[in-house]
This record gives sequence, structure tokens and C-alpha cells, in this order.
Amino acid sequence: MKDKDLSEIRSIIARHKLWDFIFMILGVFVLMIAVLTFMALFSHMLIDGMPRLSLDFFTSFPSRRPGSAGILSAWVGTTLVMLVTAAAAVPMGIGAGIYLEEYAPKNIITEIIEINVTNLAGVPSIIYGLLALSLFVHQLGFGQSILSAGLALALLILPVVIVATREAIRAIPVVIREGAYALGATKWQTVWDHLLPYSAAGILTGVIIGLARAIGETAPIITIGALTFIAFLPPSPIKPDFPFISFEWLMAPFTVMPIQMFNWVSRPEEAFQINAAAAGLVLVVMTLTMNALAIYLRYRMRKNLKW
Amino acid sequence: MRLPVTAQSDEITHPKRLGYSYRRHLGERFIETLLFLMAFVSVAITIAIVAMLVKESFVFFEHVPLWEFLTDTQWTPLFDDAHYGILPLISGTLVSSAVALLVAIPLGTITAIYLSEFAPFAAREVAKPFLELLGGVPTVVYGYFALLFVTPLLQKIFPELPGFSLLSAGLVMGIMIIPYVSSMAEDSMRAVPMHLREGSYAMGATRFQTALRVVMPGAFSGIAAAYILGISRAVGETMVVAIAAGMQPNLTWNPMEPAATITAYIVQVSLGDLPHGSIGYQTIFAAGLTLLLLTLTFNIIGHVLRKRYREVY
Repeated sequence: MKDKDLSEIRSIIARHKLWDFIFMILGVFVLMIAVLTFMALFSHMLIDGMPRLSLDFFTSFPSRRPGSAGILSAWVGTTLVMLVTAAAAVPMGIGAGIYLEEYAPKNIITEIIEINVTNLAGVPSIIYGLLALSLFVHQLGFGQSILSAGLALALLILPVVIVATREAIRAIPVVIREGAYALGATKWQTVWDHLLPYSAAGILTGVIIGLARAIGETAPIITIGALTFIAFLPPSPIKPDFPFISFEWLMAPFTVMPIQMFNWVSRPEEAFQINAAAAGLVLVVMTLTMNALAIYLRYRMRKNLKW
Repeated sequence: MRLPVTAQSDEITHPKRLGYSYRRHLGERFIETLLFLMAFVSVAITIAIVAMLVKESFVFFEHVPLWEFLTDTQWTPLFDDAHYGILPLISGTLVSSAVALLVAIPLGTITAIYLSEFAPFAAREVAKPFLELLGGVPTVVYGYFALLFVTPLLQKIFPELPGFSLLSAGLVMGIMIIPYVSSMAEDSMRAVPMHLREGSYAMGATRFQTALRVVMPGAFSGIAAAYILGISRAVGETMVVAIAAGMQPNLTWNPMEPAATITAYIVQVSLGDLPHGSIGYQTIFAAGLTLLLLTLTFNIIGHVLRKRYREVY
């Protein structure tokens, strides 16, 4: 080969290698944008909100004076709403996942259900709020209560739980099922004694991610008509006299963390925006902890998985 | 299944509990029905959503002609001089989504290519969970960030930018959507079989050429799905625009102006105290129906694209 050709080829190779290198730098740079945004968001809230974070902030009701306002009713409300959401979404999502993975025959109804679960995940969350407003609040008469909010969020995270359950069950080898059937177990015995325990960690990961999403979800709850200023707590679930447990709190008016934060952000006074930063900090730490827990669980699972 | 029972060895080889149990059979059937009903709830939700939106909007359209809804350029349903033109809300939604997608699609795609084709194993193991965490931050927090951090920052560059703008809401929304786009696009790129890459490398292509000419076309249907997901997210996003873009309906295509989106309007009405069954109450369902149709349109386009360019390995 002539020297000229060789040098030409070399220069082409060098040019393409340069492109490779440039793109790699670009990739790292773009990732850095994401990292820096997150840093900016977190540090901005930390600097503004940290001074407000004291025990008083967690034990006081919202107030017209920003200095003495707190998030007591908000975090209690969030906890109670999450209880309802988990109680509704977890059994229903796991049940649906088991059905689709283990029981469903290959027919048109199954296909409709499967396409439907995928599509539900793409419906904007505020639409679920409208559904809850029309169905739970007015038609079923639950009112603007913890029950309505919890159910609305349960519908919202149902696809997350279903998909996680299906993936976890699908990962279990067929050998396990065949072994159980060979010993005479019925389908449900196989599911209950083998498939569910083995897929528990995977399902739990999905449930945690779903609940973390539900905690931060604001729009559907605003649509239901949650109040932004609540200076009392719902009735206690434990009573001193028989039967000791009361469900009055289900019907109580409420507020939740993201709504409290939204309320403070949208006020013009700067002092309230500092409260918003503090509430946001609590909210972010809560959701990030849950997400990190889920990621860690998944990581552990992948490492220990030996069938 | 009925076990074969012979007369002489009845008690010894086939105790009664191994025989056909009517009760056990009934229990299994009951559980199967129950599980089916749980799975069917998702379909019921869809039916309920459509039925509810159509029913409430029907009342609205008895009061407001469809033509006025689609062509009037003002949206002032709560004023004395009420106008019911959805256009200002649609323009706000489309502009903020366009800004968000201009950020999320290029950055999300680059991130996906980098993580799938370029990044060393360790970098991917760190970056993927981090992006997932970023996607888990509540939207109301992003709204706060857009209003109190990004807007003042942008005002240093563009001094005439108002305190509420579609631009800053859209930018933050875009960054918020990056993880959704990148993780889905990356999954589809990694599903492209290794031998296609090996073939490409064997021909002397670089990693960048392979990524651009072999992997991306091979993963096109998945990448399209990721983009559609991003669009749905942007169009349906509520809190960021409600906080940072203002709540004033404004027929504009200029991202530097404040404007309300469909979702922001629903939030604004819900914050007030509208009586059940009033025309104001019905407007949010008409707005919701418009939003659902908008996302549905994008989803159908995505579905068609996916079907058409699907590669089967």
C-alpha cells in the first residue's frame, strides 16, 4: 500500500476515534448535569430549610405566623393516607399479578387486561384525582376524606405493584412449580407456599417504590379537595373503651406533606418559603430513603439469587 | 383428578385425603375467581375514568357548544363574562411540554447511549441507581426548585423574564423527565443482541458509529416508546407548572411568558371551593377529558411507530 493511502486511512481512523472520545466526554458531561441539578436542588433546600428543622416544626400545626408553623397535621395525614393506600393497593396488585402470571388463560380478556395495565401507567396522575373526585367523593359519598385520598393513590400505584409482582414471580424457575405439583399440591398451595415467599423481596421492592411515589404525589389529592389549612388531628384510631379500634379517622378531613409544602410555596412572604424548604427537605429525605431501600433490596436480591 | 381406587387396597395405598375433594376444588375455584376480579379492577378503572369524564363533560357541553370550546381564544369560566375556549390552556400545555422535551429527549438519549455503550461497568452501577433516585423526587419539590432557584437564575441571563414563566417550568420538567427517557431507552438498547455489535466492530466501526448506526436503529421501537412516555409525562405534569408557570390562562407560543396549562387550571379550580354540579365544577372534567385525549393521541402515534419499526431478534 502506498504511503499516501496509509496516512489517509490513519487520519480517518484518528478522526473517528476523536469522535468516539468527544461523545464519551459528552456523555459524562450530561450525567454531570443531572448530578449537579440534584446537588443544587438539595443544597438550596438544605441551606434554606435546615434552620427551621427542629422538634417544634414536627409537633406544631400550620399557623398564620411562619415562625411558629409546623407540619404536625401534614405528616400525620400522610401516614394515615399511606396506610389506606397500602391496604388497598398491595393485596389487589399482588392478586392481579399472580392471576396474570399463574392463572390467566391465553385469551382476549387476558390480553385486554395486560394492555390495560400498561396504559394505566401512562395516564396523568391528575386524571386519577378527577376520577376520585367524581366517584369516591360524590357518588360513593366518602367526602373529602383520608379514605378517598388513600383510594385515589392506591389506583395510581396499582400498575407499579402489578408489574413488580409479575416480574418477581416470572423470575422463579418452572422447576419449583413442577416440584410442588409433583408432590400433589394444588395451584393455590403452590402459589401460597412457594411462589409468594420466594418472590416476596421483589414484590416488596415494587411496593416500596410505589408508596414512595404516592407520598410525593400532590395533584390527585388537591383535586379531591384536600384542605390546605388543617389545625387539628383526625380522631385517634385507638379508643379507651370496647372495641378499642375506631375507623372514624377514615372519614376525617386531612392535609398531607406535599400539599402543605405547595401551600407554603405559593405564598408571597419569604418566611413561608423557608418553611416550604424545610417541608420539602423532610419530603425528599422520606422518598429518597424509601427509594434507596428499594434499590438496596434489589441489589441484595440479585447478589443472593441462586436457584 | 380422581385417583384410581381399587377395592382390596383402599385404606393402605390411597388414604381418603388423597382422593377427590369437593371442598378443596371449590376453594381453588373461589380463589381463582377472586384473583381474576382483582386483575379486572384495572380494566374497571379505565372504564370508570372514561365513563366519568364523558358523563361530566356531557353536562358541560350541553351548556357550552363544542365549537365555542374549540375556537374561543379566552378561558375565563369563573368570571362574570365567562368564555370557554380551551385554546389558551392547550397552548400553555404544548409550550411547556415542548421546552421540557427539548431538554429531556437529547439529554436522555445521550445518557442512554453513554450508559449502554460507553460507560464502564462501575460507572453504570453508580449512575443507574442515581438516576432512579432523581426520578423519585416528588414533583412539588421540583416546582419549588423551578420557582425559587431556576427562575432567579434565568432572570440573571434574561432580565425581562417574569417571575412565572413557561420556560423555567419546562426546563425543570425536562430534567425531571430525563431518568424516565434514559432508563427506558437504555433497556431497549441493551436488548439489542451482542453479535450485531460484534459484527459492526469487526468491520472496523468505532463505538460511536456502532451506537449510532447499529444499536439505535435496532432499538428504535423501544426508544420511540421512551420518547412517548416522556411526552405523556410532560403533558400530564401538574405541580411544576402550577407552581412555576403561573395560573393565568394566556394564549401564547412564547415560553418567556407566564401561562396556565390544562393541569394547572384543574389545580387552581380544585383549590377554590366550587359547589358540586356547578358549571365551574364541570369545566375541570372537560379540561381533564381534553388532557386524556391529548395523551391518548401521543400514545397511539407511539404505538403505530413501534408496530412499524419493531425488530424481532
